[in-house]
Amino acid sequence: MISKITAILAKEITSDLRNPYTLAGSGLFLLSSLFVCYIAAKRINVVATWVALFWIIILFTSFNAVAKSFVSETRERMLYFYTLHHPGQFIASKMIYNGLVLIVLSSVAAFVYSTLFSMEINDLALFAYGVVFGASGISFVLSMLSTIASKAGRNLTLLAVLGLPILLPIILVAITLTKNAVDGIDWSVQWKYAFVLFALNVVCLALSLVLFPYLWRE
Amino acid sequence: MKLHISFKISAVVLVLFAITVGMLVDVPRLDILNESIRNLFYHVTSWFAMVFLFIASFVYSIRYLNSGNEQHDLLAKIFVQVGMVFGAAGLVTGMLWAKYTWGAYWVPDPKLNGAAIALLAYLAYMILRNSLTDSLTRAKISAVYNIFAFVMMVIFVFILPRMTDSLHPGNGGNPAFSGYDLDNTMRFVFYPATIGWILLGLWISELRFRVDSLSQKMNDDLDIKSDRLDSIPRLDEE
Repeated sequence: MISKITAILAKEITSDLRNPYTLAGSGLFLLSSLFVCYIAAKRINVVATWVALFWIIILFTSFNAVAKSFVSETRERMLYFYTLHHPGQFIASKMIYNGLVLIVLSSVAAFVYSTLFSMEINDLALFAYGVVFGASGISFVLSMLSTIASKAGRNLTLLAVLGLPILLPIILVAITLTKNAVDGIDWSVQWKYAFVLFALNVVCLALSLVLFPYLWRE
Repeated sequence: MKLHISFKISAVVLVLFAITVGMLVDVPRLDILNESIRNLFYHVTSWFAMVFLFIASFVYSIRYLNSGNEQHDLLAKIFVQVGMVFGAAGLVTGMLWAKYTWGAYWVPDPKLNGAAIALLAYLAYMILRNSLTDSLTRAKISAVYNIFAFVMMVIFVFILPRMTDSLHPGNGGNPAFSGYDLDNTMRFVFYPATIGWILLGLWISELRFRVDSLSQKMNDDLDIKSDRLDSIPRLDEE
């Protein structure tokens, strides 16, 4: 089970490293949108705006980065995977891979963003927690929905339409958590947001593992 | 799906009861709320009916994934459609109520935003259905999305607003309407009204189900007998 998942994971990583242009494309998309925001706004003093802009950038980058994960798989290759793996293992490794990519991308984003728009983050640990689990939650939902959208044939538009309403709980909790972290609000208030963000990750993971086998053979 | 006639009669009776008695009954006199407290009979009941229909749709999506029965898929779709009508009614009545008690049709409140986003998710479900042409693929994929959307709706509408401050009655430390209803007169209208709207929703769903399955049957027959156009079965023959 674990060895299968790591095998698919290793395949994803090597195939992306051999052909790094798609990953580099997502990274470049992220950097350009960061820079466009910087040129447009130059300074952001309000914490709420600062955090909201950050998450909008993360959201667009993740749509861009995750959409390719199933679009790039041709029908024939999917049939081949179908003979090799259990669907649960397949979606689990896809989600882990997308989660890793997004966590790396959003960490880079957090670093560059806070360099461009200087802001004093009072609770750095909790901010990092919010970014990591927010990004992983987004990637879990989008991995699942990009399979749905790829079946329907209209990829990016449909993914956005399907994804935004479902992503909102995660985004909203992540925004509140990171905003409070920047403000340095005490743990006694923050723990419930931290818990809900984690629980949302678990819910998305469990739902995808249960539901993906039904989509698999289509 | 076939509703017994007694359900239909009680739907009509209960809804009429809710509309007339809901307007005439004595309600507690409270500051700010005043007569707008009667919205309990219309706004809250339509949301209850919507939630009931969405739960029904969720159940039928799960049943479809287990059974592969196309009728279950059709029912899941119809419950979403009818549920959205009740959702829209709940949204409009809520906005009117908000105008007279909070002073604005829409305020940035977690409960309101949750409700709007939940409706958006179900609109996305309808768009997804329409963008798939093959009926088997459509049934399977939309059932999966429906289950996903329902779980997120539950989290968004019922769990998240309770964590933050909310103006909405029943959230963020505000008392729900039951806190104002000291002599139980409002319950006396509220419960029948809820049941009445739910039954009415089921009745509408049943009618839609019958129309949709007949037109589906007609299309199937058309495919078979396309060379004999004069033998198309007509609706009134059923």
